[in-house]
Amino acid sequence: MKIAEIINPYVGETGGLITALQAVQAAQGFLPPETEAVAAEAFNLTKAEVKGVISFYADFHREPQGEIVVRLCAAEACQAAGGRDLAAAVEKKFALKSGETSASGDLTLEPVYCLGLCSAAPAALVGDKLVGRADAQRIEDAVARHAKERA
Amino acid sequence: MAEALKLFLPLDSVAVSLGANEVAGALLAEAAQRNVDIQLTRTGSRGMHWLEPLLEVERDGERLGFGPLEESDVGGLLDSLLDSKAKHAKSIGLAEEVPFFKNQTRLIFARCGVTDPLCLDDYAAHGGLAGLDAAIKKQGADICEEILASGLRGRGGAGFPAGIKWKTVAQAESDQKYIVCNADEGDSGTFADRMIMEGDPYLLIEGMAIAGLAVGATKGYIYLRSEYPIAANILNDAIAKAETAGLLGDNVRGSGKAFHLQVFIGAGAYICGEETSLLESLEGKRGEVRAKPPLPALEGLFGKPTLVHNVITLCSVPVILEKEAEFYRDFGMGKSTGTMPFQIAGNVKHGGLYETAFGVTLGELVETIGGGARTGKPVRAVQIGGPLGAYLPPSLFHLPMDYEAMLAKGAGVGHGGIVIFDESVDLLEQARYAFEFCVEESCGKCTPCRIGSVRGVEVIDRIRGRIDHDDNLVVLDDLCELMVDGSLCAMGGMTPIPVQSALKYFPEDFGLRPAKQAAE
Repeated sequence: MKIAEIINPYVGETGGLITALQAVQAAQGFLPPETEAVAAEAFNLTKAEVKGVISFYADFHREPQGEIVVRLCAAEACQAAGGRDLAAAVEKKFALKSGETSASGDLTLEPVYCLGLCSAAPAALVGDKLVGRADAQRIEDAVARHAKERA
Repeated sequence: MAEALKLFLPLDSVAVSLGANEVAGALLAEAAQRNVDIQLTRTGSRGMHWLEPLLEVERDGERLGFGPLEESDVGGLLDSLLDSKAKHAKSIGLAEEVPFFKNQTRLIFARCGVTDPLCLDDYAAHGGLAGLDAAIKKQGADICEEILASGLRGRGGAGFPAGIKWKTVAQAESDQKYIVCNADEGDSGTFADRMIMEGDPYLLIEGMAIAGLAVGATKGYIYLRSEYPIAANILNDAIAKAETAGLLGDNVRGSGKAFHLQVFIGAGAYICGEETSLLESLEGKRGEVRAKPPLPALEGLFGKPTLVHNVITLCSVPVILEKEAEFYRDFGMGKSTGTMPFQIAGNVKHGGLYETAFGVTLGELVETIGGGARTGKPVRAVQIGGPLGAYLPPSLFHLPMDYEAMLAKGAGVGHGGIVIFDESVDLLEQARYAFEFCVEESCGKCTPCRIGSVRGVEVIDRIRGRIDHDDNLVVLDDLCELMVDGSLCAMGGMTPIPVQSALKYFPEDFGLRPAKQAAE
């Protein structure tokens, strides 16, 4: 589906630009460079305004992410329950720093600021799977399961 | 044929994160293998999160609990259920008799964990819609009076009297007004909004509909953070069912008044929990905060009068209308009336959600109810009210959870989240993180927040490195003062709270002599 076709239904909706960008990203996995011009045209905005919105929100990505995105909660409740050590262990396990994507494009590691699982900390989101009381092994298992499901 | 075995298992995110969906799958498979007829209802969570996934089995009208369950427990559990004499190792007895649950006062979470979240009949059978029906019989101004008389204060953090906001919006003249629910629950240590949206979504819908009738708003939005996909699905399904049932739409339950409701999903920005930033975002823009005044109550979404409230505030409304202001006001202490769902999190043995009247002490919540740290080590600090909340030591555990009592110690109730840290915590590191988080999440509009937070990280690093230690402590103090006085919103204005409370109560972590016992 063309980007304009994804975007157009949201013109005129409340907060439509954000919802349209979410839809593009859901379809393409990221926001391809032409998104800015197409969205600007559709919403009667400047490209700078669209770019400003894209760059403001952490959810929007202008580059493809890894096949699997592992998001580790970096906020206080998870810190209190060993989240910093967990992050270090996961970084070591996948030989990646937080915020990086593996060279193969298999996996992206990134921080997230609260998943609302603070009573089951530390928490992570592996693909679309929530992991409470996480440890490095459970995260590795979830990644393996995710890879298997996609294969 | 024997009656189907009635089972209840949460669909709540915490339960799911701990394997509830796998347990549900195993239940269906193992039951089929045994030729046992089961009726599995997915509910919200009762909030006893250390027991999740917590399966409940109905027997003689009562519910026996089993948890925390693993997939591999399921076969054995079914076998023991079929043999009435067997007692399963993970039995916790009657779920409602667990002291953590039994001792609560559940005005808001009364149905959460009990009913099927999407079943409107279940909702009505358990007291739902009584508040809306009472509101329909009243004039809008009288509903506002009821809320004012209840003493309800905004549960998002600021604690502003809700009734005053309602009256302001009600009295504003406009062709269009809005109700906006702030469901951008980004504070670490808080999950009450998520739980109620997942476990009892009609309560929020009912609260918003009442607010719409009261102030004359015909359109409402729920601004939901993108980190809550399960809540998003449930809310969307609930809204669709509510429309079909005439609870939302052009004629709300025969009142002749319209109220339409829509979910809007945010895009990952903590600052959008600030109400003016949220409104910008809901308009599809960068979530930069607006200067106040004008107040959103007068010039909010698209410049129209807008009532912005947190989820729990709106969920407190139906019970006030149903049972009247006096009933509600009798809970709590001083100017903190009603109940609050406290969220006990972090390094905690019995983590979860505990709804009770204001006035419960911090120590009761942390030690008695929460059971202290999960690691078994002594609790050294708690942070109350999210990333912008104060770090407090055990010597202040006698403090009651009350807006004014907390304020007197430079702290706040916030959204009711309590994050517990054991003795391994380094408060200098936590202070640094407070600034770091502000660097990450500042909207960038005002300088004290955007630049001050970066300078804060640098100053803390110099204090840690013992570089001009004493001078940098002075700089830190000065920087905090500037951020408090000069920031446009609470992001920059409150970031100094965790920093300065850490320094005040845990000076030894900053290379200073230990404080004398901080109590009185």
